[in-house]
Amino acid sequence: MIQLKGISKSYKVAKRQTGLRQAAKALFRQEHTIVEALKDISFTINPGEIVGYIGPNGAGKSTTIKIMSGILVPDTGTCTIMGYTPWKDRTKYVKNIGVVFGQRSQLWWDVPVIDSFELLKDIYKVPQQEYKTTTDLLIETLELQEIIYSPVRQLSLGQRMRCEIAASLIHNPNILFLDEPTIGLDAVSKIAVRQFIKTINQEKGVTVILTTHDMNDIEALAERVILIGKGSLLYDGQLGELRKRFGTKKIITAEYKQRANPIQIPGASVLSWSPERAVLSVDTANFKTSDIITHLTTQVELVDVTIETQPIEDIIVQLYKEYQI
Amino acid sequence: MKLYFKYLQILFKSQMQYRTSFWLLTVGQFFIPFAVFAGLYLLFERFGQIKGWQFFEVALCFAVIHMSFSLSECFARGFDMFSSLVVRGDFDRILVRPRSTFIQVLGSKFEFTKAGRLLQSALVLIWALSNLPIDWTLIKAITLVLMVTSGVFIFTGIYILAATMCFWTVQGLEVANIFTDGGREIAQYPLNIYQKWVTRFFTFVIPFGTVNYLPLLYLLGKNNGDDLLYILTPVLGSIFVLPCLLVWQMGVRHYRSTGS
Repeated sequence: MIQLKGISKSYKVAKRQTGLRQAAKALFRQEHTIVEALKDISFTINPGEIVGYIGPNGAGKSTTIKIMSGILVPDTGTCTIMGYTPWKDRTKYVKNIGVVFGQRSQLWWDVPVIDSFELLKDIYKVPQQEYKTTTDLLIETLELQEIIYSPVRQLSLGQRMRCEIAASLIHNPNILFLDEPTIGLDAVSKIAVRQFIKTINQEKGVTVILTTHDMNDIEALAERVILIGKGSLLYDGQLGELRKRFGTKKIITAEYKQRANPIQIPGASVLSWSPERAVLSVDTANFKTSDIITHLTTQVELVDVTIETQPIEDIIVQLYKEYQI
Repeated sequence: MKLYFKYLQILFKSQMQYRTSFWLLTVGQFFIPFAVFAGLYLLFERFGQIKGWQFFEVALCFAVIHMSFSLSECFARGFDMFSSLVVRGDFDRILVRPRSTFIQVLGSKFEFTKAGRLLQSALVLIWALSNLPIDWTLIKAITLVLMVTSGVFIFTGIYILAATMCFWTVQGLEVANIFTDGGREIAQYPLNIYQKWVTRFFTFVIPFGTVNYLPLLYLLGKNNGDDLLYILTPVLGSIFVLPCLLVWQMGVRHYRSTGS
């Protein structure tokens, strides 16, 4: 459905210098540096997938989304989405996609939300009957009944984001690009937005490409992640696989009957220790968790043990470090 | 075209959310050209005529160009305010919608308060016409309508050119105002009162002369033959907008390859 092959894109960026004199000089002659935003990016996405597209700020996520949605033309490489080249057949192609930029609104600020929907209906030339069914469904699943008659400026950020997503689905697109859909939302709204993305993916089979900095979004939604850093593709695969490969650390918290001296277990590093409680970290690539527990039982009288896997957030931080991005 | 009216509707609704400011601005817009017109009036009060042009003839000139200006500022405001659209990144949004960039930018903003200005210049028009001895025919009426329309096209063309510059400079260029505001000020008077090169520039480069001066000669019976040519000058002037649209397309292409 979506296929990118060897996509590269570089920008010419004006060098900025400090100081008044340099600024004055820049008025007449500006020096440029070439920034490679994307280097040889290739991947394929199948219909009905939810893909988390992650990477630190400035990694090239937005550039990729812009290329895939037909806004930007890449320097080299090919991109075929549903048989179209996005930047060539722009007006025909964009009927098939919905785009949500989390930081910018696509709704008309001073009028009720429903008026924006109506206008979008005309922009996308959606037949009245189809429009009716789609909006009814959207209003119901997103629980918008109460808010669609209020002007956008009176809505909370969470309510607005729900309307934004609904607005991007009025024309029944096959693909939905979400650029940081949960940015700035409170916990409840985040969960509502995630739930909704999941619903439309399952019920309508919409393919979703999602960029985010909130790893909980990824964990809740995406089975597959694509990691990009400094313009290069670093990882493309299952989230579980990523965890297996990089998230080999386990955290063991042991509570036991009082003991005077610190415990020492080969293969485990002690993160914290008190006479009743110890937190250990184990790299499961080299040591088995069960062995550690066995050692523990020989040294202390255990009361309770909890084993946690490393949070995905940590794995990502570790990955960024590893790739020096 | 249907879509354009839908944009018009939704933005009018938005505007109506702020009634007080709408009325205040409209009244303000009514009085701005009023001051200019008063200056014109006093000028003729003192000198009687300029190069053979009577007060009411010049008033007609004034009315036509100001009507064109206010109409274009109302309906082509999207291009006039284009730099803010680019700065906010909203042009990306326009590119992911299946309509031409032209209609979407045009529909992105309207300035309804310019109705005040339009009303003022329409009053001047009526006053001028009722005091001029013109033998009205259908053709003459059509010519008058064409004059205003062609002005709208030319102003819009300049806005489009200025908007296109934003793709390179991001910030709007005040330079364009030389041609919109400046052009308006100059074309308030019949073009032949100026130096030759000014007349030529505003006839052949930015054809404001075709909005009022040339067809006005026909309306007032001051032309020497070639009626048809004088009637058609406004139409020729309107062609100005075509190369502007072409340049606009180039700008969009540039934007999509640089993303700046």
